[in-house]
Amino acid sequence: MPKVTIDGREIDAPEGVNLIQAAERAGIEIPHYCYHPGLSIVGNCRMCLVEVEKAPKLQIACNTRVADGMVVHTKSERTIRAQKAVLEFLLINHPIDCPVCDQAGECKLQDYYMDYDAQASRFPLGKKNKKGKAIDVGSGVMLDQERCVLCARCTRFFDEITHTSELAIFQRGDHCEVDTYPGHKVDNKYAGNVVDICPVGALTEKDFRFRMRVWYLHRTPSVCAGCERGCSIDVYHHRGRIYRYKPRHNPAVNGYWMCDEGRHGFPALQNETRLTAPLVQDKDRLVPEGWAPALRRLASRILESGNAHGANSIGAVIGAQSTNEEAFALKHLMLDTLGSERVATVSWSPAGASGDDELLLRANKNPNTRGLAALGLPAHGLDALADAVAAGELKILIVMRADLVRMLGEEEFVRRFGALDYMVVLDTDANETCQMANQVLPIAAYPEIEGSFTNFQGRVQRLHQAFPPPGQALPAIEALARLGHALDGGARPSAAKDVFAQMADAEAGFRGLTLEALGPDGAELTGLRP
Amino acid sequence: MERILTRWLDIPDLRRLDVYEAHGGYKALRKALFDMKPEEIINEVKASNLRGRGGAAFPTGVKWSFIPKDSKKPVYVCCNADESEPGTFANRYQLENDPHGIIEGILITCRAVGAHTCYVYLRGEFNLQKRRLDEAIAEARAKGYVGPDVMGSGFGVEIYTHRGAGAYICGEETGLLESLEGKRAYPRNRPPFPAIQGAFGCPTVVNNVETLTNVPHIITRGADWYKSIGPEKSPGPKLFCLSGHVNKPGLYELPMGYPLKDLIYEVGGGILGGKKLKGVIPGGSSFPVFTAEEAVKVAMDFDSVRAAGSLMGTAGVMVMNEDTCMVDALKTIAHFYHHESCGQCTPCREGCGWIEKLLTDLEAGRGRMEDLEILIDAATNMEGNTVCVLADSLSMPVKSFVPKYRDEFEAHVRLGRCPFRDVHGEPAEKSHAAAAAAR
Ligand SMILES: Cc1cc2nc3c(=O)[nH]c(=O)nc-3n(C[C@H](O)[C@H](O)[C@H](O)COP(=O)(O)O)c2cc1C
Ligand code: SF4
Ligand code: SF4
Ligand code: SF4
Ligand code: FES
Repeated sequence: MPKVTIDGREIDAPEGVNLIQAAERAGIEIPHYCYHPGLSIVGNCRMCLVEVEKAPKLQIACNTRVADGMVVHTKSERTIRAQKAVLEFLLINHPIDCPVCDQAGECKLQDYYMDYDAQASRFPLGKKNKKGKAIDVGSGVMLDQERCVLCARCTRFFDEITHTSELAIFQRGDHCEVDTYPGHKVDNKYAGNVVDICPVGALTEKDFRFRMRVWYLHRTPSVCAGCERGCSIDVYHHRGRIYRYKPRHNPAVNGYWMCDEGRHGFPALQNETRLTAPLVQDKDRLVPEGWAPALRRLASRILESGNAHGANSIGAVIGAQSTNEEAFALKHLMLDTLGSERVATVSWSPAGASGDDELLLRANKNPNTRGLAALGLPAHGLDALADAVAAGELKILIVMRADLVRMLGEEEFVRRFGALDYMVVLDTDANETCQMANQVLPIAAYPEIEGSFTNFQGRVQRLHQAFPPPGQALPAIEALARLGHALDGGARPSAAKDVFAQMADAEAGFRGLTLEALGPDGAELTGLRP
Repeated sequence: MERILTRWLDIPDLRRLDVYEAHGGYKALRKALFDMKPEEIINEVKASNLRGRGGAAFPTGVKWSFIPKDSKKPVYVCCNADESEPGTFANRYQLENDPHGIIEGILITCRAVGAHTCYVYLRGEFNLQKRRLDEAIAEARAKGYVGPDVMGSGFGVEIYTHRGAGAYICGEETGLLESLEGKRAYPRNRPPFPAIQGAFGCPTVVNNVETLTNVPHIITRGADWYKSIGPEKSPGPKLFCLSGHVNKPGLYELPMGYPLKDLIYEVGGGILGGKKLKGVIPGGSSFPVFTAEEAVKVAMDFDSVRAAGSLMGTAGVMVMNEDTCMVDALKTIAHFYHHESCGQCTPCREGCGWIEKLLTDLEAGRGRMEDLEILIDAATNMEGNTVCVLADSLSMPVKSFVPKYRDEFEAHVRLGRCPFRDVHGEPAEKSHAAAAAAR
């Protein structure tokens, strides 16, 4: 490993890394705009100029690879002068819209100005170049050309990552501006990423702008549930509401990016249709009740049926939207508590959903299909359940996170499952299946729980609770633990880490893993690991 | 002195292949192909101390020797005919009048570095020049000098001509390569240098038209002959583009090291209107200005001009007489670089515009004394901090004009107008004439 000395500190840096990365390893920040580890190096912003001993000119850190014995100064007089100079140049034609700019608070121009410049402007306000503002470039991206620092991150993203090249830089000199080609717009399933990588407020998200000042937002690391890729994300929320998702770097899963479908997936989690109390059928209506009566009612129906028709008169459908822990808990309840083998899974994607592509998107819109398989649950099995209903063997169905009515259509659902005695649905929203249920138990959506998903590559990734579920909704594993208790009086773990531990004991695929040790990048299922 | 690079002045129709050959044309190529190994060509050019005429004065043979000898990728030669430096107009005459001299230089260079393809990048406005060059290439191809088997040697060279769309930055060698590849002419960060990763990611030599036209003469007459012209470290015949306030502006071929004073007063016939000399930019607009006192002491070769505090660049000598408003002159220069900055890197993109705005205000009498310091500061902050040296090309004039003609800059601030104009904004000279007429 080459040894470099940065600001007097000797650093072992892996071969091939640049000075920005090497400095970062030692906790030294070299400010930069155009450099992005997921894109090619253009070296145009000049913010990263540093003094490298033996080089006559200052060198751009982004384009300087470490070499053994290199001595670098990031705080020398010459470096500081260059940093101040670049910031002064950047601000000459900058509109300084901070009070009305959505980027304020997470803007690299603001931040670096405070950290590296902090001097009064020598450029008269009235002489700034005027360019386009609030331009809707398409795909939910808004462009402000005056705020742009022309770092070419956005253009490189469309050139190098999506290969669609919708944005380009036009004109020359200080008339340069980012724009779309005449008559064309950004039309791209990954467009939101340019908003993330834009270091300033030049590119903002149409849906997010003016909705929340970023300094009020809390960030919780999580996993996108939009498809079986399971991109690592950060959930940004405030007082129990999500305002945006952003991709979180995970080299094993999504790199630096996420798709727009996933990015814009969260409003579905905070719809009016969210369930906030257990419901029970009262003639042709569902009426709310408390958890205790709800679980008592359900337990007695189950026990009655078991006694009268045997354990296999009770069945369960586990949707691939369920977490590993939820699926394990319900499987455990069915097999071990009730002794029923009638468990099916559902991994359903709506018609017309996007297919696999070369970057991230997967046709399977379920985050945990692979996790259900790793738990030894059958893929599908709905037909067997329907046959058992038809044969009069299956009487009670527990449905967790699977909207069977939407999936099958009402007619088909009634044809297959209409003869059931009783159906209970555990879900987040009052969907069509709930309308057909005898009982509904409200459960937490994934930003509201601890847990894990296993993506299609077999990588187990961790969810963190951003905020508690609404109303009386409970994490599904807690609801199932309470149901178990109501059934047999026994105690069951209801914390995700404990359910995970139980699962790691019982299931070969999860052996040796713990929820806590998954880490930000997740970990591979046992058997996939070398 | 014998004319070497401007033989068309002595030989009518030199641009025609038969005439060119009748005057010894393509003998150097024959020699390079059949009597010399590529290594020997490079060594001869190295020994000649030929230095690049495109502006940077880099030793040509040394540049060629950077091309990897066992390159697995093809090697390219690019002839830089983008000639856009203000006050520079040598290549255009060469293209019009001596295209075979350029082609022969290209072919020998290709042989030396093992290239089978040369791209000639011409500035967008070079319509006639491209036609002349294309005609000459067609003639040479018909004769078997360009094509798959040059002179039956088994060595093939194809030459393509490409016209830019009119941007100064396309002359910067890496901007040229980007443009050639069909992209925006954004200069590249170095390393990698073109010799390792040039056109299409392959080893590439970029040489100026004039540089290449020296090559056949060096091959025919030898490095020692070449070095005997002018100073040994910066030798050779040189094309000087003389413009501005001289009686006989134009293109002159003179030996390197020729006194600037003689260029202006002898060759150029002295200052227009018998006025006094105020300043000279010796190398195109990109370099520090010489005051009259400095100018008359300078010899025009790369090292002497550098020693005197400027650079010879393209040898575009721009002469300014005593009536020139130096604030206005610098403003005009700033306007050019502001207009031509590719806008890629921050200091140049923003600095050039800032400097032009400051100078516009100063020239119009709206400036402040502190603007002079800001000018120097902004110029200093651009210098050396950018991807290419276009930023330095404005920085150097600013940092020489302001201190050398500081009294003029200050007068603009003090008077609140240009001292070379009257209160109505008319040039002072004109208003004198008007006043005389009124009397
Ligand atoms: C802004 C800029 C413009 C340039 N324009 C030209 C040009 O028009 N023609 C040219 O030959 N060299 C030009 N150069 C110099 C080239 O980058 C390069 O040094 C030259 O073509 C190399 O050839 P030479 O070694 O034969 O001089 C320019 C350089 C800069 C920085
Ligand atoms: S981009 Fe940054 S500096 Fe510019 S207006 Fe927005 S917050 Fe302010
Ligand atoms: S819009 Fe943003 S990302 Fe794109 S060039 Fe401008 S500052 Fe960079
Ligand atoms: S110095 Fe100027 S011309 Fe050169 S790359 Fe930077 S912006 Fe472009
Ligand atoms: S980060 Fe190095 S030049 Fe922009």
